[in-house]
Parts: sequence; C-alpha cells; structure tokens
Amino acid sequence: MKVSLSWLRDYVDIQMGVKELIELLTMGGLEVEQAVSAGEGFEKIVVAEIDSIRAHPNADRLSLVQVRTGRERFSIVCGATNISEGQKVPLALVGARLPNGLEIKRSRIRGETSEGMLCSEAELGLGSDATGIMILPSDLPLGADLGEALGLKDTVLDISVTPNRPDCLCIIGVAREIAALTHQRMRYPHLRLTEEGQEIHQKTSVTILDPDLCPRYVARMVEGVKIGPSPLWMKNRLEKVGIRSINNVVDVTNFVMMEYGQPLHAFDFNLLEEGRIVVRRAQKGEVFVTLDGVKRILDEEMLMICDGVKPVAIAGVMGGLNSEIKEETQTVLLESAYFNPIGNRRTSKRLGLETEAAYRFGRGVDYGGCVSAANRAAQLIQEVAGGRVVEGVIDAYPSPLQPIPIRLSVRKVSQILGTEISGEEIKTYLRDLELNVRDEGEDILSVTPPSFRGDLEREIDLIEEVARIHGYEKVPLTLPKGPPSSEERNRVFLLERKAMEVLVHHGYHEVITYSFTSPACLDSVGLNSDGERRRHLRILNPLTEEMSVMRTSLIPGLLETARYNLSRKNQNLRIFELKKVFFPVEGERLPREVKYLAGLGMGLSRDPHWAFSQRAIDFYDVKGCVEDLLEALRIKDGRFERAEDVPYLHPGKASRIRCGKEVLGVLGEVHPQVLGRYEIHGKAYLFEIDFERMVKRAGEEKRFRPLPRFPAVYRDLSLVVDESLEVEKVAEAIWSLHLPFIDEVNLFDVYQGTPIPEGKKGVSYRIRYQANDRTLTDEEVNRDHEKVISRLREIFQVELRQ
Amino acid sequence: MPFPRSPRWPKSVVGWAVDSRQKGVPFVREELRRLHKEILATLSQVSTEKEVSEVRVKSLGRKGTLTQLLKRLGSLPEADRREIGRLANEIKEDLERRIEEAISHIRERERKEALERERIDVTLPGRRIPVGTKHPITQILDEVIDIFSRLGFEVVEGPEVELDYYNFEALNIPKGHPAREMQATFFISDEVVLRTHTSPMQVRTMEKKRPPVRMICPGAVYRCDSDPTHSPMFHQVEGLLVDRGITFADLKGVLTVFVHQMFGEKTKLRFRPSFFPFTEPSAEVDIECFICGGIGCGVCSNTGWLEILGSGMVDPAVYEFVNYDPEEVTGFAFGLGIERIAMLKYGIHDIRLFFMNDLRFLKQF
Repeated sequence: MKVSLSWLRDYVDIQMGVKELIELLTMGGLEVEQAVSAGEGFEKIVVAEIDSIRAHPNADRLSLVQVRTGRERFSIVCGATNISEGQKVPLALVGARLPNGLEIKRSRIRGETSEGMLCSEAELGLGSDATGIMILPSDLPLGADLGEALGLKDTVLDISVTPNRPDCLCIIGVAREIAALTHQRMRYPHLRLTEEGQEIHQKTSVTILDPDLCPRYVARMVEGVKIGPSPLWMKNRLEKVGIRSINNVVDVTNFVMMEYGQPLHAFDFNLLEEGRIVVRRAQKGEVFVTLDGVKRILDEEMLMICDGVKPVAIAGVMGGLNSEIKEETQTVLLESAYFNPIGNRRTSKRLGLETEAAYRFGRGVDYGGCVSAANRAAQLIQEVAGGRVVEGVIDAYPSPLQPIPIRLSVRKVSQILGTEISGEEIKTYLRDLELNVRDEGEDILSVTPPSFRGDLEREIDLIEEVARIHGYEKVPLTLPKGPPSSEERNRVFLLERKAMEVLVHHGYHEVITYSFTSPACLDSVGLNSDGERRRHLRILNPLTEEMSVMRTSLIPGLLETARYNLSRKNQNLRIFELKKVFFPVEGERLPREVKYLAGLGMGLSRDPHWAFSQRAIDFYDVKGCVEDLLEALRIKDGRFERAEDVPYLHPGKASRIRCGKEVLGVLGEVHPQVLGRYEIHGKAYLFEIDFERMVKRAGEEKRFRPLPRFPAVYRDLSLVVDESLEVEKVAEAIWSLHLPFIDEVNLFDVYQGTPIPEGKKGVSYRIRYQANDRTLTDEEVNRDHEKVISRLREIFQVELRQ
Repeated sequence: MPFPRSPRWPKSVVGWAVDSRQKGVPFVREELRRLHKEILATLSQVSTEKEVSEVRVKSLGRKGTLTQLLKRLGSLPEADRREIGRLANEIKEDLERRIEEAISHIRERERKEALERERIDVTLPGRRIPVGTKHPITQILDEVIDIFSRLGFEVVEGPEVELDYYNFEALNIPKGHPAREMQATFFISDEVVLRTHTSPMQVRTMEKKRPPVRMICPGAVYRCDSDPTHSPMFHQVEGLLVDRGITFADLKGVLTVFVHQMFGEKTKLRFRPSFFPFTEPSAEVDIECFICGGIGCGVCSNTGWLEILGSGMVDPAVYEFVNYDPEEVTGFAFGLGIERIAMLKYGIHDIRLFFMNDLRFLKQF
C-alpha cells in the first residue's frame, strides 16, 4: 500500500522527519518496506510570469516572449499560441534537463536569442497535453522550483499491511494510525454537497436479491458531467500512489478508494437498461465481458450487479464493458457498497482477477462508511467534471450491521502483557484509536469499535491494540518462572546426532534433497517389483513433474546429487542423507513417515596425496562405516548377510544389514545398470537404513567393565579354506565352542595366490585367551587352541598353514 | 677435519730417559711440561672416540709415555723425585680430565649429527583424516536446538504431510481466510497438505499434553514457490511455551536470550507488532543488520533491520481447539526460518544452493 506524505498531511500533522515517521509506523505495526522520493527532476525549471509577447521579426510562427522570475528577466523564443501576458508558465532555464532528456541551452533562433524554454505538460512529463504551454495557477510564487510549487516533491511510503487491517488500505486509515500513535485528532475531509433537481428515488432504484453477499448498497447520481482529463493535482496524487489516471470520473472513484478505502464503481447511467440496479447471484455458466475485454464464465456463488435486464459488473471485482464511463457519458451512477468478504474473495480467486477493489472488499471494507464515500465522490465529481449532484442517496441496507461492544478487563491487560498499564492509559489509547470506551464497574471497560475496525471482536484484540499504542518496546524482559520440560530429551534426536558424527568422521558430507521427486526415478533405480516403494503420495499441484510425488527412498536423491557433482568435476564423493520418506497407508489420510539414513561413496578413498597410495572406495569402506554406526548406537547383534535380490544393487556385492530377525537395511555396490541410467561412470557403493528401526535396536547406556588383572595370551591360526567360504562362519565356529578363555577372535589376514592352491584362500586369525582370576599357563591355552583347530578341521576340512 | 691415524710422539721424549740425570730437575720438569703440551695438542686434533682412547693408551696406558716416564723417576734424588712426582701427577690428572671431556664432546657431537641426518621436510602436507561435514542447515538447526534446550524446551517432531485441520483450521485459519493465500500450499487431497509451517505441532503437542508445555519442533516445511529467495522446501523451528501466568514480557525475555546467544550478546533487536492468525498480540523480531550495522544496505532493504522470527501470545481461539482454558493458562509461540538465518549468517544469496548439494558448497561449512 503506497501513501504519500503530502496526502497524509491533509488529515494529520506530521512534525517529524521521514525516518522518524517510518520508525513510528513500523513500530506501530504498519511496516514501511521502502520510502521513495517523488517529484525529483525539476531542477532549473521554475515558475515565470509573462511580461510581454511580440512577434518574431524573422519568423511568422514564432514570438518573442519576455518573462520574469522575480528579480530576473529572460527573453524566450516560443512557438505556442495559447499564452497571454500576465500568465504564469513553467520556464526551463539554461542547463535544465527535461524528463524526455532534452537539455536546455542558450540558442539563437532566426537571429533572436532564447535564454530558456517555456514548456508544455507533455514536455514536463506531467500529462499528455502537448498542444500548448502549460498554464500554471496564478497563485504560484515567482521563481519557485516547479516541483516544489506544484507539490510534486513528496515522499511515498510503501507499507506492508497485514491481512487483519484492511482499514489501513487507504490514506485516511494510515493517517488515523499516525494520529493515534502521536495522540492527535484526525482532520476528516469536509463534505459539502450542493444537491439539485429531482430526488434520486424518482430516477432509479436498487434491489438486493442476495443480501447475504451484499449487506449494503449505496447509490448516488451526478447528472450533466463532462468527461475529460483530471486536474493535475488529482493526477499527481493518484500517480504517486501507483494509480494511472484514466478520466476525471474514474479518477474520482479511485481517488476516494485510496482516500477512504471504499472501492467505488461509476456506471454510465444511460447504459443501464430500465435505469435501475439489481444485485443478484449469477447463473451457472453465465458469460460476462469485464472492462479488460475478457469473457468470464460465472457460477452461482458469484455476485453480480445488474441493470433491469443484464449484468453490468461482477460485484466488487470488476465492472463490465457494457456500462463503463465513456467520453460521452453524461449521467453517472455511483456505487458504494459493502460486499461479503468471503464471497468476494472466492469470486476473485475463482476468476483469477486480483483488482484493487477485490483486494479491499475481500478483506472487509468499512460498512459504516459507504455513504460518506459516495458523498465524497459526488462532491469531487462536481468539482472536477462539473454536473449536478442529484438530491438524496439510495441506501439499500436490509439489516444494518452494528459493532458489538467488547468487555475488557483492565487487570487482564497487565496479566497478558506482563507490565502494569493503568485503566486511564488504556482508555486513552483506545479512544485515540476512535474506539468508544465506557466504564462498566471496577476493572471492566465496555469498548465498542468503530465500523472500520472489523478485526476487533474479542478482549485479546483490544489487548493487542493497547500493547501496540503503548509500545512493545516498553514491555520489560522477563524469563518464565515454570520448570523446564519434564520430558526426557528426544532419544531419536540424540541418536541422530550420534549417527551423523560417525558418518562425518568417515568423511561423509550431509546433503539435503527435496522430499518430492519424480515418479520416473523409481524406474531408474529399478524398483519395479518392490510393492511398498512403488506406491507413493502424489501432489495435486506440483511445481513440475520432477517434483510431483513424495519419495519412498533416499537413493534417487543421492544418485541425482552424485550426478550433479560429477558433472561439476567433484569426483571423489562421500555423501549421506538422514531424512524422512513417505509410505501411503491404506485407509489412512496421512502416510507413514519414516526417517531413513542413506549414504553413497565413490571415487578415490581420498584425494591424491604424496604419502598415500591411491585407492578407490570399495564395499568394505562403506561396510566399515555401517559397522561403526552399529557400534556407536550400541547395537550388538548386527549382522551382514549376502543379498542377491536388491534391484538397485550388484547381486554379487550386496548385503542385508540384519539385527536379529529384523532387516535394518542394505549395503552394496550400486547396480551398473542403475548407474548407467544416471549416466554415472565407475563404481559406487551405498547403504540405506531404516533409521527408526535402527534406533529401536539401539543399546543401553555404557557400563564400565573392570580391566583384566592378568595378562592375556595370544595364539595365531592360519587356515586354507575354499575360496567361496564366507569367513564369518569360521569365527562363528570358534565362538560356538564356548571356550571360556577365548576373549577375542581377530581375522587379520586374507590371502590368495602362491603358495595357496587355486580355488582356495588363506585366512589368519589371532585369538586372545584371557582368564579373570589368573595368568593362563601354556598348557591351558594349548589345550583350548587344539580344540579350536580340531573343530575347524572337522567342519571345514581346512588345512593348517604354518 | 684431517687427522693423522696416530699421534706423533716427540722424539725428545723418547731420547730423554737416557740423559735425564745429566741434565737435572729443571730439564725433567721442562720435558714433562712439553710432553703434557704435546699430548694436549694431539688430543685437540682427534675427532673420534677411538682416537681419544688411543691417546689415552699412548700417554696414560701401561706403556704410555707418561707412565713410562713416571716409572723412571726412581733414578732421581728423593727431593727431586717428590717434586717431579707431584708435577707428573698433576699432569696426569689434567690429562685424564681432558680425555673425559674430549670423549663427552665427541659423544655430544655424534648425537647431534645422528639427529641431523634424520632431518625431514616439515613443509610437506601432513596426513589428514578426511572428515565430512554436516549440512549448513543442520548446523544452524543444531545451534538453535541447543539454545532452546538450555532454556528447558524439549525437542519434538511432527508429520510433514499434514491434515488441513492442523495446518490451518486449528490454527485459527478457517477456509477462505486470506492467510491461506499467503502460504502457497501443496495439496495431497482436499484435506491433506504438505505442511506450510511447523506450527501444526503447537496444536498436536497441546492435544497430547496438559500444560505446562515447553517444546520446540524443528523440521522441513513446503510452499509452492521457487526463486532465488524461495524454495519449495525449507526448514523452520517452532517453539511453544504454555503455563500459568506466562506474559508477553516472558516472550520478549526468552527470545532476547535466544537472539543474544545466536547472534552475539551485543546484537540489538526489536519487537515489532505484526499479525499471525494463531497469536495475539503478535510480534516480528528484527535484529540490527549485521552487514551494514543498521545504516541500511541491500541485504536489509535499506531498513537497517533484518526480520528473523515471528512470535506472539497464543491466540485464545487456538486453546479452544485443544481444550485449554485461556482463563487458566497463557503462553507464547514463535517460529523461525533456518535457511534465512543461514543465508544471513553465511552471506548466501540464493536459497537453492542449499538443495543442490554441490560438494564445493558443502565443504565450506
């Protein structure tokens, strides 16, 4: 909402600088987004008076004009014919630059010197009239800067008005706030109307068929108007607040809308069939052409303004082409109505028509101000377009609306705000806002808001008004007295942090990708059969098809991120994401939202470095990371088992992460076909874990285990086994002996090649033997170790290797 | 240092034994002194421990020059013998001391040389463990969460796909309310939306729990907007505190503590009246622009202030939805945009960078 300072000053005194005013409004709840200076660019253009005009000796069409700007006199060569002696005109002095870019120089025209230029409206950018010199009002001071003299110099504030304050969508509304915040009285426009002729009821009528959508309709008539351009002052005011001038009558309606906040519509009365107004709902499918020439298809919830026969306007949204004000219009019927805000918003939204009028009606205009606005418009039309205001006003108002008094407890104000504000102060603040305040016994006030403050309905609304006018900055700072939340810190949240720490230590960078994705990406990752993940939640109004479904997996996002980075030569990647995925649930309105943790690694295990040999990330890098995750979350029975059926993983390099009977997730090399679809070359490894399931398995707090008091004994064991044997089985076999002294079994070498025969592999274990109560003797250890060896021989037919 | 393989022994010493008697005590004394000097001179030229030992053997050893000489002192008269003997002893002690010194010098030097040979290039880059990073959004979230945790707020999370009821209706935003249009909403169905803010968790929390309530709710939210300053997905933290006797002054106090901990103790802030359908009185919190120090610049649109969070006293209408008695309890709520804070803090101008996940971007945090 744009307001100009000069316009505001019509209604309220502003005795502070622009900066202070911005501060006052902003801290009062009307946030000023920017302040722009207007009326610049008239340097060296001044008010001059014509002393004499005589013919140019060498040119028929030119004259020599002597002008005066107070003490100084200038001789100007001029081609205009509309000037006469004694008139005041704009003079561009040597050195001035006109808005069209023309720079004024001293010149000789057919032998006569010209010391400047007299300007037309068009040349000054003040209007379209280029036919003659602009004649200025005779009371302008000689020599004055033109911008200053015409009141063009101004500051325009752009105010962001919150949806609860439609009353501030006009100059008077903003002025009212300034008045309240500075404890002044408002100067409302003085309405004086000269009415003539027949009473309006004898000329026309208003019938409201749908009072639910149109509670009030006020009409006024002006006859004998002469449509033409608006006077400069009106054009200037409208332009500054962002409204283009159209003609004097339309400009008046816009002017009053900007002044009072009441949108008005002017009909050419002679185009209204049967000379009357009917307000009714449209019929379904009814077609109507709005002022902008667009055909609109209506429905039965849209309110129309009609004449005796046909619609002439979409109520509160836009007028029709069939009744607009034209150059030949003589009789104007003015509409000043109150339309139901919800109905109006609906209509404007349905039609996609956001107009200044709809914006205001949709938020609620002042139902008590319809008549004043109509009167103000009639007065201004008379002033700028001539004509006679027909006597009387039609006020169709089937059930008048009344502001409802609100009970306000003085004590409650202090209780909510946390600062003591006296009853007297409260009364002053509310009265400054033009609220009617009555004492109703001790502590209780009865407050009736004015009709323009539809937002004030409850006690809390009044408390906010008190706080605003009192000043938020005067409320002290305190801390709440109550206890901290008794809830235990969110466990999931803490484990999330722990998991992230592990990943970060493993060199993984966290990414955050959009929760919506393309339905096609599920094909890309080969999820053709996996039932739950194929069913996804669709967004009805997605930004693009690529962002049209809620994801059921984090993997497409990681692959997409990998592709993005690879295309930017970020080649060695380790990334992870810990976010939600969404599974629709049959018969439920909301999906099941589950946090997943997924990571992807590819490229070199580290950037090339003089001290390290280069090595590509492989399965065991990613697995090590997952193992550390399990350990950090104290999950004891985590296991990895071969998985050949994960569609997006290499069937020979994939593993399921299990915990007991439950599957926590998967881990493995990304299937080359999937990488191919993402145009990723090389190999990539990923893991994906149902984080919530993992959290449920997370172990207890740490407990201290006493340090062993006696030394441990180590024995190494090397075996040759079938290449295809999963080594975990060896360790399992050792543990399954339940030998009490075996404390740790560590696989420290896996070897293939000479001297190990083809199809076999050598594996070496170091076993730690430990007793709590003594140092084990060689004999004891050897006895157990022999048991281990014979057991392994028995199960795997292994050969021992020395 | 060039050094002879063995010390040169003065010829005169070798010949001296023959005619010492003839030449008398002064001569012997002189010879002793010369021998002393010459041994010292030799010692000063040796550079290894082995050479020093050789000097020791050849001078003080059983067949050493000095030893040999002392053995022959018996041929001198008693008085002379005593005098020469004393002198000889002094010389012997001196030599022994000097030899010890020479050895320790040499050992010291050899230790130094050995270390010197192990010298490395300290300018070669070290072996670093390549650690990763948390996303900048997560880092800011962590900071915010930690501050409110210290203030006794618990952390809760809520659904991102949300019922219209929680996202709008129960927050006093009925159908047709203009505030709905201000939040461009993604719809799943007529009654299901992607939450446009974290505020629904105010309602869900109060539904579940009787006062007192102190919670914050971090999480992703969605609006159908996409340009350099709007992302269709972004993150917020919601906060709610409801108890007996909570006031607007408490709201100001808590949020001031937050701002000071988040942006620094000296940060100026202001509470500016605003409007949210689910709070009243409502306040936007602005902090003084830390780019320009409040003078006005492009980042703060020349206002000198940066809007960082919205807040207000919980509107009584909301309590009705959760069966709290507004005569009994009061409270305040607030919400802040994490991307906005991250953008301000790190000087990022395009919000979409957060979701492109370019490693060159992520590694900066």
